[in-house]
Amino acid sequence: MKLLFERSVQGRRSDILPEITTGNYRPDEKYLRQRKMHLPEISEVDLGRHYTQLMKQTHGVNDGFYPLGSCTMKYNPRIDEETASLPSFTQIHPLQPLSTVQGCMEVLHKAEKLLCEITGMDAMTFEPAAGAHGEYTGLLLIRKYHQDRNDSERINIIVPDSAHGTNPASAAMAGFKVVNIPSNGKGGVDLDALRNAVGKDTAGLMLTNPNTLGLFDPNILEITKIVHEAGGLCYYDGANLNAVMGRVRPGDMGFDCVHLNLHKTFATPHGGGGPGSGPVGCKDFLRKYLPCHMVEERDEFYYFTDPEKSMGQVRSFYGNFLVVVKALTYILTLGKKGIPEASGKAVLNANYMMHRLKDHYHVAYDQICMHEFVLSLENLKKETGVSAMDIAKGSLDYGIHPPTMYFPLIVHEALMFEPAETESRETIDEAVKIYLDLFEKAYSDPEYLHNAPHHCPIGRPDDVKAAREPVLKYEFND
Amino acid sequence: MFKNPEELQYTKTHEWVKEEDGIYTVGLTDYAQDSLGDIVFVNLPQVGDTVAAGESFGDVESVKAVSDVFSPVSGVVAEINEEILDNPALVNEDCYGTWLIKVNEVTGTEELLDAKAYEEVCANEA
Repeated sequence: MKLLFERSVQGRRSDILPEITTGNYRPDEKYLRQRKMHLPEISEVDLGRHYTQLMKQTHGVNDGFYPLGSCTMKYNPRIDEETASLPSFTQIHPLQPLSTVQGCMEVLHKAEKLLCEITGMDAMTFEPAAGAHGEYTGLLLIRKYHQDRNDSERINIIVPDSAHGTNPASAAMAGFKVVNIPSNGKGGVDLDALRNAVGKDTAGLMLTNPNTLGLFDPNILEITKIVHEAGGLCYYDGANLNAVMGRVRPGDMGFDCVHLNLHKTFATPHGGGGPGSGPVGCKDFLRKYLPCHMVEERDEFYYFTDPEKSMGQVRSFYGNFLVVVKALTYILTLGKKGIPEASGKAVLNANYMMHRLKDHYHVAYDQICMHEFVLSLENLKKETGVSAMDIAKGSLDYGIHPPTMYFPLIVHEALMFEPAETESRETIDEAVKIYLDLFEKAYSDPEYLHNAPHHCPIGRPDDVKAAREPVLKYEFND
Repeated sequence: MFKNPEELQYTKTHEWVKEEDGIYTVGLTDYAQDSLGDIVFVNLPQVGDTVAAGESFGDVESVKAVSDVFSPVSGVVAEINEEILDNPALVNEDCYGTWLIKVNEVTGTEELLDAKAYEEVCANEA
């Protein structure tokens, strides 16, 4: 298909800008561009068609089942979009007087209160723009805490080998040294390895629970105790909160701070590049280090305040506010009864799907899972040559988005499924039938699957070439 | 089954090593390149860097994942294979003809296996 630059015709436009009423202003010569900027010039109808064409080549939650493990691609209710589209939330400026945006302030205040209740934390900042940014902010909290106590030896962050790749990356970005510990045979944290790893140099532990295998670590209280006794803090990666929200709280598991992915767990469509929101919650003793712009209420007036020893701002203004509006709408529509119902159904759906697949596919850790489960296609690959990638690509022909492939790294030929709570039994039954068909196809016609998908707008892209010779920008002729 | 040359030594972490006049040449085994899949990027240390036996000296990125490469020996990097930085596919095409780094001033080694013992390691992993 043609790119926007290729559709561009000089002088064509899609906007009629209002007349300038403030007079012309020309910036200082030294700030002017040396060369004219390349901007596509396109009519509205061509622009619309371009994006519609792109849309037809993709797969979204509105197209079909989307069991992309670790990503929580659940359906986001329309009402959350509607609330976030209200002009009183969208037609505002971050610098306008607080007395004119009290409703928005109330949203931040209420969302903080409710999300603290869900996580078992005492305070929360909405500044971080998404998950990894939240991790980074949480780690800065841990660093501030140790620095403030003049405990400068604590430079290690312990991360299990099943962790999301962002955990060690964020820890390194925040100036820590990453210490990896292995998983035990049941996919949980190896307690002896943890005991050996902690010491005077331990700043903290980063953990996802349930972990990336979709398993809840039954030793969680012991784990956080070991870290605390060594003088470290415990950080909860909220990536998998969808499995436990409303049922068990990170704060009660012994965690000192958490980040949430509001866009995953609390109803913002995601996967297209944002905006997301990665609020960070903490226990009282860490509150004084949080970023600026905490919302407080006095005499029925909401205002911003900076914590006593704040780390400063981690993002401009107050974070991605509209994502918080959606999260608050979601929480209020589901309520105290609906939130645990959602997590319960997420877990039920995953177990049902795993149970129906496990006679054919090999389940990596065959036990009751949480909101997601991992298959290992190592044997299938050995017997048929059909890989996890081939099965994933094959599912595209049936209108199913592939599960997550080759993650977590500790499982070979991994396929990771997260059906999410918003899928019906009919949808999951249909998907199971398709995966069982694909399994048979691997034996009867492996070549067919090596070349799948066959019926999609795009066949199989050459991902090796894309990685080895990436084309990252449009080359103009001049 | 993978063919692992008899004249090389191997680590449990799937590197091969060859010693000649005190210089140790290090590469990835057939099992490693096959499990990784198509390698798209290789990250190597610089000449003059020290490497430690059993510790990561670089990483290889395939379409699936990024994996550490561990040094079979402790010493100083004498040479790196610049060619694979531009053409990482060489590791997939000819893993025993394509080395990653050469190490000299070697002070110690990891537990090194012969081809037969290494094949047992691979068989147990599969």
